[in-house]
Amino acid sequence: MPKVIENVGCPYCGCSCDDVRVTVSDDGKKVLEVENVCAIGTEIFKHGSSDHRIRSPRLRQPDGSMKDITYEEAIEWTAQHLHKAKKPLMYGFGSTNCEGQAAAARTMEAAGGMLDNCATICHGPSFLAIFDNGYPTCTLGEVKNRADVIVYWGSNPAHAHPRHMSRYSIFPRGFFTGKGQKKRTVIVIDPRYTDTANVADYHLQVKQGHDYELFNAFRMVIHGHAADIPDEVAGIKKEQILEVAEIMKNARFGTTFFGMGLTHSDGRNHNIDIAISLTRDLNKVAKWTIMAMRGHYNIAGPGVVWSWTFGFPYCLDLTKKDHAHMNPGETSSVDMAMRDEVDMFINIGTDAGAHFPIPAVKHLKKHPWVTIDPSVCMASEIADLHIPVCICGVDTGGIVYRMDNVPIQFRAVLDPQGLLTDEELLNKIADRLDELNAQEA
Amino acid sequence: METVKMTLVQQPELFLECYSVTPDKFAGKSLAEIADLPAHEGKVQWKLGDFFKFEGKSGATAADTKIVVNGDVRRMKRFGQQMTDGEIVINSDADMYIGGWMRGGKITVKGNADSFLGIAMEGGEILIEGDAQNHVGSAYRGDWRGMSGGLIRVKGKAGNDIGTAMTGGTIIIEGDVFIHVLTHAEGGTVIIKGDVEGRVGGQLVKGDAYIFGNLLYPLPGYKMIGTVEKEVDGATYTFDQYIGDLGERKMTKKGEIIYGNIYLKK
Ligand code: SF4
Repeated sequence: MPKVIENVGCPYCGCSCDDVRVTVSDDGKKVLEVENVCAIGTEIFKHGSSDHRIRSPRLRQPDGSMKDITYEEAIEWTAQHLHKAKKPLMYGFGSTNCEGQAAAARTMEAAGGMLDNCATICHGPSFLAIFDNGYPTCTLGEVKNRADVIVYWGSNPAHAHPRHMSRYSIFPRGFFTGKGQKKRTVIVIDPRYTDTANVADYHLQVKQGHDYELFNAFRMVIHGHAADIPDEVAGIKKEQILEVAEIMKNARFGTTFFGMGLTHSDGRNHNIDIAISLTRDLNKVAKWTIMAMRGHYNIAGPGVVWSWTFGFPYCLDLTKKDHAHMNPGETSSVDMAMRDEVDMFINIGTDAGAHFPIPAVKHLKKHPWVTIDPSVCMASEIADLHIPVCICGVDTGGIVYRMDNVPIQFRAVLDPQGLLTDEELLNKIADRLDELNAQEA
Repeated sequence: METVKMTLVQQPELFLECYSVTPDKFAGKSLAEIADLPAHEGKVQWKLGDFFKFEGKSGATAADTKIVVNGDVRRMKRFGQQMTDGEIVINSDADMYIGGWMRGGKITVKGNADSFLGIAMEGGEILIEGDAQNHVGSAYRGDWRGMSGGLIRVKGKAGNDIGTAMTGGTIIIEGDVFIHVLTHAEGGTVIIKGDVEGRVGGQLVKGDAYIFGNLLYPLPGYKMIGTVEKEVDGATYTFDQYIGDLGERKMTKKGEIIYGNIYLKK
């Protein structure tokens, strides 16, 4: 009898939808049907039961081919290289659970290396702005139940977070928002006319790279200097700035969702910083909150886990053993790779091969490269060692933090068939490192 | 003043953290003791003597000690970090954190400096004869106090984040600057003799920027109030004076609102 599993979490985008219904074959090896899930979410469950999954670690041979090895051999190889490296880097965690992230912290502390997550190439600037200026945020439940003005600034959920608008922001009918979309005003600020802009009441087509100026103009309105705003700011007419500012000021509860359009255009953290300043200003006259559109279902997780472990959410330098240091620009993965500052690389639950600049990948490739990932990807194909693991949310459960930092228990739907979880694998590597460190001492 | 000359004999494989290279750490030590001071390359703790040979003699105090660094040290960070007095001359390009958290003394770099030059500096003087990268005289991440005193002069150009969260002191960039000058500042002066792309004085509570070249994208939060003559870096010029940031909180003194200023050379 096929088994139906309810309230499953979707391990794909930052919406971390936890209302998925999955039907699996009675041997627990095949996903037969997935419901309540968007097109991209469906794929991850289907991929879980693909016949093409790699189930054994593979080590590159002198002739360039890959040879299957055992988990024990892979653990030994990784631990020995970590022990030997002066400055190894472990980067990724877009697709792992918090248990795996905690085990990674233990491993890299024992190895005396660098530990970083995908925020370094997405919402890292948001962290920096939050350090500098605070984070007046809320949960997605509050947005659903209270928000009457929604701003999407530099983010396009219609493509990147397909169920965001329907589950949390624009369309759902909540406790104080019983009329759903009809009673909400949606403002999209984006240089492109995106599919999200298509459903907005206002689309401000800001000049690309000049969001900071537009924030400055909105803040001038709140600070009583509307008259001093020039006729046009960042491609937006003064009248439209004043009209939208009036809507913001009159919100019962407003939320600004921001994405890569702000974090990865010039100024980066400063774009978020001034967005936070605007949110603070708006709270003098209305109720406003702000939230990062985190990309992956648990990319908020490493920030939370490592903050409570080491005091910093990303770009961690654990080489000094007795204290952690963090300074993006110096300790960030791409910067270190571009400067050829690390001598071993572990890619876990992401694809640095596809996402990093080519010169960065070339530098990293000069040194031992391990990829820990359930899938075949560019990072697995250029690695010296590829260690397959369970897919979190499919072959194993675990805690994940949704984009609003709400922890959610994900569950396994398939039998892992002998694959290790990230947590099991990393703890075995850390155990071995502890032995090597003890021998050395 | 006594001089210690240190000459590179071995390049590090990765980058070396030379936090021990300050007049404070060298003062009162023999050359053998100086060569024994620690330096980190990743997790490996080396001695300075593994990379440099030393000649000369240190003074009894930091104020009496001058350090001259020879050889290509572009893969070495943190020279002069937290120094309080004395002098360092680097006859090369150097990497990050030159004079970070510096409280006094003087550093001269005969080439370029990388990022985080003079971050959170409290006093003293830094002269870079080449270019600097990003975060010159800025605050450390999450700190609301950037450079609070002293002078940084960069003869070439610089990147972004010049004097972020600055509270005092002076930064002079003789070449061009990219974006974010005096962002979040609550004091201090930045003089740019070249062009700036934009974002001068965003979220600024207080502070003064002087721009001799072109400011391509001025922020809307600045309003022109007149033309003034001012003496800047030893000469007098005429400037258009703008006040702002009108989108940021302001302090008052004796009932008067204190604005930040941008002076654009006419
Ligand atoms: S919106 Fe995101 S979390 Fe929700 S089902 Fe789609 S991919 Fe999965």
